[in-house]
Amino acid sequence: MMLGAYLAYSLIGRFGAGPLGYWGGVLLAALAVGALGVLLERTLLRRLYGAPELLQLIATFGVVLLIKDAALAVWGAEDLLGPRAPGLGGAIAIFGQPVPQYDLLLIVLAPIVLAAMWVALSRTRWGLLVRAATEDREMTAALGVNPSWLFSGVFFVGALLAGLAGALQLPREPANLNMDLTIIADVFVVTVVGGLGSIRGAFVAALIIGIVRALCIGIGDVALFGSVVSFAKLTLVAEFVVMAVVLVARPWGLYGQPPGPSAIAEQRDLQVPPGRRFAIAAALLMAALAAAPLLVDEYALVLGADMLIFALFAVSLHFIMGPGGMASFGHAAYFGLGAYAAALATRSMPMELALIVAPLAAGIGALVFGWFCVRLSGVYLAMLTLAFAQITWATVYQWDALTGGSNGLVGVWPAVWLSSRVAYYWLTLAIAGGAIALLWRVVFAPFGYALRAVRDSPQRAAAIGIDVRAVRWAGFVLAGLAAGLAGSLYAFSKGSISPDSLSIPRSIDALVMVLLGGLQTLFGPVVGAALLAWLQDTLARHTEYWRAMLGAAILVLVLLFPQGIVGALGAAARALRQRGIGKRAAAA
Amino acid sequence: MKSMASLIRYFPIAIAFCALSAGAQPIKLGELNSYKTFPAFLEAYKRGMELAVDEINRGGGLLGRPVELIVRDDTGSPGDAVRVAEELVSREKVDVLMGTFSSAVGLAVADFAKQRQRLFLASEPLTDKIVWDNGNKYTFRLRPSTYMQTAMLVPEAAKLGKRRWAIVYPDYEYGKSATEAFKQQMIARQSSGIEFVEFAAPLGKIDAGPVVQAMIDAKPDAIFSSLFAADLAKFVREGELRGLFRDRPVFDLLGGEPEYLDPLKDEAPVGWYVTGYPWYEIDTPVHRRFLDAYRAKFNDYPRQGSVVGYSVVNSAAAAIRKARSTDNAKLIAAMAGLVVETPFGTIRYRAIDHQSTMGAYVGRLAIKDGKGVMVDAKYADGADYLPSDDWVRAHRPAN
Amino acid sequence: MTQPLLAIRGIAKAFGGVQALAGVSFDVGAGERVAVIGPNGAGKTTLFNVLDGQLAPDRGSAVLAGRALIGLSSQAIARLGVGRTFQVTATFASMTVRENVQVALLAQRGQTYALLSPLRARLADEAQSLLKQVGIDSLSERAAATLAYGDLKRLELAVALAGTPRLLLMDEPTAGLAPPERARLMRQVSDLARLAGSAVLFTEHDMDVVFAHADRIVVLNRGRVIAIGAPSAVRANPEVRNVYLGSGRDPEARDA
Repeated sequence: MMLGAYLAYSLIGRFGAGPLGYWGGVLLAALAVGALGVLLERTLLRRLYGAPELLQLIATFGVVLLIKDAALAVWGAEDLLGPRAPGLGGAIAIFGQPVPQYDLLLIVLAPIVLAAMWVALSRTRWGLLVRAATEDREMTAALGVNPSWLFSGVFFVGALLAGLAGALQLPREPANLNMDLTIIADVFVVTVVGGLGSIRGAFVAALIIGIVRALCIGIGDVALFGSVVSFAKLTLVAEFVVMAVVLVARPWGLYGQPPGPSAIAEQRDLQVPPGRRFAIAAALLMAALAAAPLLVDEYALVLGADMLIFALFAVSLHFIMGPGGMASFGHAAYFGLGAYAAALATRSMPMELALIVAPLAAGIGALVFGWFCVRLSGVYLAMLTLAFAQITWATVYQWDALTGGSNGLVGVWPAVWLSSRVAYYWLTLAIAGGAIALLWRVVFAPFGYALRAVRDSPQRAAAIGIDVRAVRWAGFVLAGLAAGLAGSLYAFSKGSISPDSLSIPRSIDALVMVLLGGLQTLFGPVVGAALLAWLQDTLARHTEYWRAMLGAAILVLVLLFPQGIVGALGAAARALRQRGIGKRAAAA
Repeated sequence: MKSMASLIRYFPIAIAFCALSAGAQPIKLGELNSYKTFPAFLEAYKRGMELAVDEINRGGGLLGRPVELIVRDDTGSPGDAVRVAEELVSREKVDVLMGTFSSAVGLAVADFAKQRQRLFLASEPLTDKIVWDNGNKYTFRLRPSTYMQTAMLVPEAAKLGKRRWAIVYPDYEYGKSATEAFKQQMIARQSSGIEFVEFAAPLGKIDAGPVVQAMIDAKPDAIFSSLFAADLAKFVREGELRGLFRDRPVFDLLGGEPEYLDPLKDEAPVGWYVTGYPWYEIDTPVHRRFLDAYRAKFNDYPRQGSVVGYSVVNSAAAAIRKARSTDNAKLIAAMAGLVVETPFGTIRYRAIDHQSTMGAYVGRLAIKDGKGVMVDAKYADGADYLPSDDWVRAHRPAN
Repeated sequence: MTQPLLAIRGIAKAFGGVQALAGVSFDVGAGERVAVIGPNGAGKTTLFNVLDGQLAPDRGSAVLAGRALIGLSSQAIARLGVGRTFQVTATFASMTVRENVQVALLAQRGQTYALLSPLRARLADEAQSLLKQVGIDSLSERAAATLAYGDLKRLELAVALAGTPRLLLMDEPTAGLAPPERARLMRQVSDLARLAGSAVLFTEHDMDVVFAHADRIVVLNRGRVIAIGAPSAVRANPEVRNVYLGSGRDPEARDA
């Protein structure tokens, strides 16, 4: 999408802004993006078809980081405003209102593209095969169709349309480096609101969201119950509010079908409770970490505290994603709620008490949001968590009087006896380490088993008398509490807190940590968190194009370890042990 | 003759080499900024810093020691920025901490500076709070704040005597405070019958069509905007298309900064009142020297960011020279009332609120050779647009 | 006649325009084994899903020992003492065989929300003895996901029995097994149910199994009960013969 705009800019610049050059440029840009999509699919994503679906999301995230830096390197930092479409630069008066000609063209073009897609999918052999292949890949292969090229084709069309959209946007918006993030979230929202797999749904959803936004702007400030309500400010989250309302009322979107049981791959390896060896190793690690201040410099401790906090954050997400089977795209909401609660609580109570009280706020948030979320499943659940996170974010962002608005709150420092870097590191180690240990204990306590039972087979769990929703809800709240604790530790370590601590990138970080480490492992999230924090720090410090490097590092890790780093290590260890057994057997 | 000239030109370098070979420890300037988040401004900013460091080192460094610039990306997140600041302070052991762009990051690092009792030279954040409501003993700010830049536009706006103003702004701290400052100062100057209609737009995501339409429906007499970057470009295009700007004077904060003006090319909205940096119009000796040096080094013209980057390094250098030391406490003492030469002329860091008197150029937009330019630009000295001492005392916490 | 354990009255359920159940009524006595048979689409699975709370019927009632089941959730029905096995086995794949049973025992005793003490030792002996009853106690440490199909069915049985149910709802308990194995499994079910005093309501395609193990048979066709009674009576019923094969052949002779 962003590339489409940039490429169109360059190509139109080369061909000239005449009608031929202009539209030729737009089409060529779309084709080029389509080709790039295929290239990505064939070199990268296809290697991940066997891995958890979410991993493809993470890989895409890595690619986005790469492309952003590449675009910066090629096209420079300045926004690039493209020429207007030839012959469509003016406005026509309709009902006395000037309407831009180009907008009219788009209004005509969109239904044409939609209709073309619909015809292609429902009336051609290709469309039939694509639909068949999404249902059952092996069956399609058995019919003598090469599904691999079929998927490449789908990617080509998808990327082509995205590139086209980017190129078409050029007369209305300069090509800029923030185009991708603003769009990706919107696209996801539109698909989910419409219902996955429904073109009609996506179209209707896009229309509704567009109208709601325009309405909010049109209504502007309205005096309501004696205070002024600014609808214009709602545009910040209009699409997410729409999504939350739709998903609460219709759990599968407007035109969607009930999804399969889980968005997370159906990988159900036996989970063995950690034995004595694990406990000893963990205790040794804790001891080593506690001794670290004797060995390393102060900055390493600051970074170490960050790693510990993120480890707790990642473990809390893993708790609902792994044993709970509920992917959350908005886990940062609870992190942020905890952080803000800590910042606000220190104004009226000592810091030590605030640290304990703050997670409760996150717990309450999880209690409210969770009640709605646990009714859903799969991608829909994940997107509803995202919607709630965005609504929380927008509230914090707008509520200047309480939260300091976009600036956030400052002056959130720990008590004097904890304010040295060493003391705060030890505090973080004790609290984060303790909380992680507790969460792990819960995983292998009856409640953890109940949570896993609900994930493995909700039907069976209900049939033995487990209250499926209540268990998932309780799991959600526990994870929220733990994330809130991580958030309040974070606030005190930075002395300040701002809305970015509950924004989408923070939620994505958590997902990357869990998946890099290994979703099916206990220790994975800890390793993932430490690794990501370390990578972010080191790369940003030593390279100019750190974003591209980070993207590349994530891609490499995802390709090398589709089951996560700890997952891969575990598999290797098992294989080694088995070979050992085999050898002994052969010798005997 | 020519060789003589080059000999003179390279003489300072020779001195610098002597200083270096004497094994002097470099003075470290630790700079953190959101280079990947706001690249358009900050790439030019970085070049400005590099030019200043070059010049200082060619002139023999500071206190006989060379100057080293350590640049870090704060990723645009206040939390990360505080960690990066920790790294610069405790691992790199920098002598001066400086930089930051967005208000949130600036305020977070300023608070960190207060906690660790370290000098922090905030170069770019525009938020009024950093020197006033949230000001502290350790933080000094270079750029004219939102309040000051708005104040620079207000005299012209008040002169027009318009009654109904539409205000459009990016929906975050900067846009909100610009709007507040504009309203307050307009009411103060233009006693009766003034009214405002406000339009908030999400930062970087303005829905220009509906916003412009809503503004047309509001039938304003004049418009005040604090939009910038992509939002500004979208707003200008839609506004021109739908005729919003016909017969309506428009004021835009920052609209004359090359970073935001140049992308508009021949579509720059003619006649707008803006603050900015018309490097092609400024004809003072200090600026000419800066312009020539910048062009010689980078083969490009400077942007607003270049001036800020250049000036922040020179501010740090001036403080070190004045203190004759890199000792933190002495530097903080030196910063109060510090006088610095910048491409915009001489500025002073006020002792009362730690705000520098750097100003900005105010002018109107025009198109020349297919490019947007500022014409009739006048330098508005920051010193003339700062609030009174009494006001500062009432709003700034005691140290 | 004494009060039946389960009284089903006039249950109806339509999906879109299709009447899956059109007013089904019958009783199940305590300890009785009742088979529900009928051709595909007769409404057997729908009936089971209504009885265990997964589906809400349009009309009708089901009363278990004086308690109305309709409107209760699956878990509430389970806690009233209704055990269930599924046509396609549903077990907890990420757990061992014994853990599967332990979880069921915990749920039945309301210990689901214990947060901190490890599961490991809790109720392990009871779980082991249940596994012994169904004959797979030697597999207790194996991952449930790795069991052979017959053993998986037995595990389901053990899980269902963990609640000491008054009523076992078994949807196709022997589906997917070879004939000799079917008979063996069903014998086990019968014995264990008798031992526990549980009534069994089951559907089954294999008529050998049905006629060998059912005390009474309910025949469904297109959502209606067309015959009900002892095996011999049902076997002789001409309408049943007609439904089953469109001819006068004995339903028992049909190869399932």
